[in-house]
Amino acid sequence: MGRITIIGAGVAGLCAARALLDRGADVRVVDRNAALGPQACSWWAGGMLAPFCEGESAEEPVVRLGQEAADWWAAKTSAVHRCGTLVISPARDRADLTRFARRTQAFREVDVDEISLLEPDLAGRFAKGLFFESEAHLAPRAALTQLRAGLVADGAVFEVADANPDKFAQRGLTIDCRGFQARDRIANLRGVKGEMLILSCPEVALNRPIRMLHPRVPLYIVPRGDGLFMVGATMIEGGHSRRITARSLLEMLSAAYALHPAFGEAEVIEIGVDSRPAFPDNVPRISRRGNLIRANGLYRHGFLLAPAMARMVAELVCDDKTPEIFHETAA
Amino acid sequence: MRDFYGTTLANGLMLGTAQYPSPAILADAFARSTASVATVSLRRESGRNRGGQDFWKLVQGLGVHILPNTAGCHSVKEAVTTAHMAREVFDTKWIKLEVIGEEDTLQPDVFGLVEAARILSEDGFQVFPYTTEDLVVADKLLQAGCEVLMPWGAPIGSGLGLNNLFGLRAMRAHFPDVPLVIDAGLGLPSQAAQAMEMGFDAVLLNTAVAKAGDPAAMAAAFAMAVSAGQLAHTADPMEPRDMAAPSTPVIGKAFLE
Repeated sequence: MGRITIIGAGVAGLCAARALLDRGADVRVVDRNAALGPQACSWWAGGMLAPFCEGESAEEPVVRLGQEAADWWAAKTSAVHRCGTLVISPARDRADLTRFARRTQAFREVDVDEISLLEPDLAGRFAKGLFFESEAHLAPRAALTQLRAGLVADGAVFEVADANPDKFAQRGLTIDCRGFQARDRIANLRGVKGEMLILSCPEVALNRPIRMLHPRVPLYIVPRGDGLFMVGATMIEGGHSRRITARSLLEMLSAAYALHPAFGEAEVIEIGVDSRPAFPDNVPRISRRGNLIRANGLYRHGFLLAPAMARMVAELVCDDKTPEIFHETAA
Repeated sequence: MRDFYGTTLANGLMLGTAQYPSPAILADAFARSTASVATVSLRRESGRNRGGQDFWKLVQGLGVHILPNTAGCHSVKEAVTTAHMAREVFDTKWIKLEVIGEEDTLQPDVFGLVEAARILSEDGFQVFPYTTEDLVVADKLLQAGCEVLMPWGAPIGSGLGLNNLFGLRAMRAHFPDVPLVIDAGLGLPSQAAQAMEMGFDAVLLNTAVAKAGDPAAMAAAFAMAVSAGQLAHTADPMEPRDMAAPSTPVIGKAFLE
């Protein structure tokens, strides 16, 4: 097996590089930027490793494959926190909590006392919730930085270039992991706009991601340590603007404020906007044409599904095993 | 079927395109629903940037009539601007006009609605106004140029069904020749059937299908309910009565004491 070139150093590319390196391949990663930054979708990720919660609306493979994620990230980085997920709703939207419970698994119902034990700062604020104890979350930027450092330490080569995967494929096996950037080469790949915030609010301490159910704007708040919180994320079909709208900003801040009034005094540290690459069923796909393999469509499940997708890419390359999310037709 | 601004629809089911778990499930739901109309809401942001092409192409690919929607507009000006963008993007004169007046119930601001309907009708739009069952408002909408009315069943997304049966019956009776569509509030197929049995010309729904555990199955269920209700209406249902009316003759029955 000669050198394998991976295009794209976001979560998909770095995980694929790690999986191939672990199988003994000689790996080169090419990206148009020298370091991970705001131009990558992964930079703005929530970092929730919550396969069961995602099962509320995602297809079955997302729930099953996503269960590989927490162990994988914990083995490769020190960025994983295994504290579960707490799902709550305002009293008037209790019907949404009931529906969420009906569509998901691996949780237990918690009452006001247990919520207080799990999250002392939310004591008395919510009467009912769902606790997904086995779920985890990670700090996305730290995780990718560590993953990249580990790859460099183990001999992977990183190059900066605005790469054309077809040209690389003429010279050797190439994996296109560019995400939304590859949209002109992949049929049916669309962008789903996501907006997120990072708030600083040292007054509030949370131990785990909190999901706030709402009929129109379900949102989550993920603690990032040092009083920082990630609030996300909108999902807007066909919104390609690179800026946040006032409405999205209002809704996300309102959700944070509804969770705890102290968020009213939070400072807005960052505002992130990006396009998630997605196929029509919102499930990722791997395709192959000659020397070029494309792995794309992680949608809102980058950190959750990249390890499984990387494993399948490595199995395709090393064992000639056809991935379950393989699509022959995608050119 | 009655005609909607000169277009005769194959059936009385209109289905929204928001809130589905994925575009693939949306497409399945439409296939199973056999709906004749798809509503699609246009974000003003996307309209300005000519973004959203991927999603709109998908909706256009459903092969049904497109009814763009001014969802989420709270003022006449917003609604009119959105309608113009929609006409450009979807190349249709049809516009579902929503001017929201109250944040908790999302009920229409009927004053703004009438004004926006007049402006848009004069500008050549064919307006489908989302209104209440109020007869005076309905009359003003017709005077403003509307040829279709869309009274609510219940607040948007509530799934409560037909909240004011008396009001809706009165509306149907008062405007026998105007196409009337029950828009919003339906949660179950039985409620859609009820609306069609009452003689409404169509129902429009979104959340009940999009948020079901199996949207495609629920879409199929609504399709059956709508055609059942429509068929029942044309079959001239019996009148309810207070006393039992035996369905078999009693005269001639043997006395057994």
